[in-house]
Amino acid sequence: MIREVALLDVYYLVLAIRWTIALTLMALAGGSIIGLLVAAFGASRQLSLRLVAQTYVGVVQGIPLLAWLFIFYFGLSIVGYNLPPLVAATIGFSVYSGAFLGEIWRGALVAIPKTQWEAGVSIGLTYIEQLRHVIIPQAVRIAIPPTVGFLVQLIKNTSLAAVIGFVELTREGQLTTAATFQPFAVYLLVAALYFSLCYPLTRYSRILEGRRRAVR
Amino acid sequence: MAYTFQFRDVFAQQDAIVDGTIVTLQLSAVTISLGFLIGTLLAVALVYGRPWPVALARVYVEIIRNTPLIVQLFLIFFGLPGVGIKLDVMTASVLALTINLTAYTAEIVRAGLQSIPRSQIEAGTALGLTGPQIFRHVVLLPALKNVYPSLSSQFVLLMLATSVVSQISAADLFHAGSIIQSRTFRDFEVYTVISVLYLCLTLLMRGGFSLCYHLLFRRR
Repeated sequence: MIREVALLDVYYLVLAIRWTIALTLMALAGGSIIGLLVAAFGASRQLSLRLVAQTYVGVVQGIPLLAWLFIFYFGLSIVGYNLPPLVAATIGFSVYSGAFLGEIWRGALVAIPKTQWEAGVSIGLTYIEQLRHVIIPQAVRIAIPPTVGFLVQLIKNTSLAAVIGFVELTREGQLTTAATFQPFAVYLLVAALYFSLCYPLTRYSRILEGRRRAVR
Repeated sequence: MAYTFQFRDVFAQQDAIVDGTIVTLQLSAVTISLGFLIGTLLAVALVYGRPWPVALARVYVEIIRNTPLIVQLFLIFFGLPGVGIKLDVMTASVLALTINLTAYTAEIVRAGLQSIPRSQIEAGTALGLTGPQIFRHVVLLPALKNVYPSLSSQFVLLMLATSVVSQISAADLFHAGSIIQSRTFRDFEVYTVISVLYLCLTLLMRGGFSLCYHLLFRRR
């Protein structure tokens, strides 16, 4: 039964944003854990650890996100776990964002001059204290603008979870299109909703970036 | 784990894989060429243009960069026929990918153009170079050299992103995957093979781009 796009459809599309946001937040949480490891390994002095981090980043960034989603969606089911799309998507997006966040944070760690570490040693700080009081506060300041920038990428990329059947904004758009047969209006609205999520973050990231430049 | 991996069925479908790889490569090559050309022109317009066109270009860049590629693709392929513009799968794919990549390229090249200090242009004038000469040798080529790393990784990302066109059943490598999946029901094996192929394409492209860098910019 084909019907017009009603106010209710718009309402459901707007509501679907919460799943886009939920997936983004879960991927951010999972990705942060993996990203911290990747950054720590990548900035390490040991070659073998650096190689592990580089390989991870290279492999994850060398394969389409769509393929990662399918691998986890189908892969986990053959291991015997019949997981809902939400779990497969969360794992897939965590693995994916772990590589990007890891690279961003590794860059921030490496960007701190060696003299800062040496200054820490010279006033008698232990390794952990150097990290906590000298290195990380500076690295965080460098890392935040690109991290917010990546968050925009992540929000946009959660749209791919639609292909494994996870009902977020894009999938809701597909469902609404199927019911109303008004793809132009529906996808325009979907795009507008994504834009309203992403654009403020893009602006914010740019403001942070400008502020960081002003500080230096 | 009581599962035996069977790759033989997947490899038996190598024709589909080869065809898909060729389509992915063609799609990437066409889109990257178009996106680079139009994006560079747009970047020049963004930096040197008059206020009104610049404002329009900025709106375009921001809209594209803040919405997902798959929604742009759906809007073009499923949405445009609703307003009387019907495109076949390949045209819609190339159009969506080009529109997408152009925005990213424009933003990257704009940063490159703005990284050239004014003093360089003044030095060019002092040496008696003409306007076009200055633009080519002092502004554009050094700007492209400065942003070459981000530009080339954007192009690799684009190649990976072409996999999205499988969702409107363009016959690319990823779509070959879903065809083989429906023939063999070997989901996991199929997507492993497809992923490894994409990884190889990525490595080849990265190698090619760093080779190009040495050929293009080494002697300058």
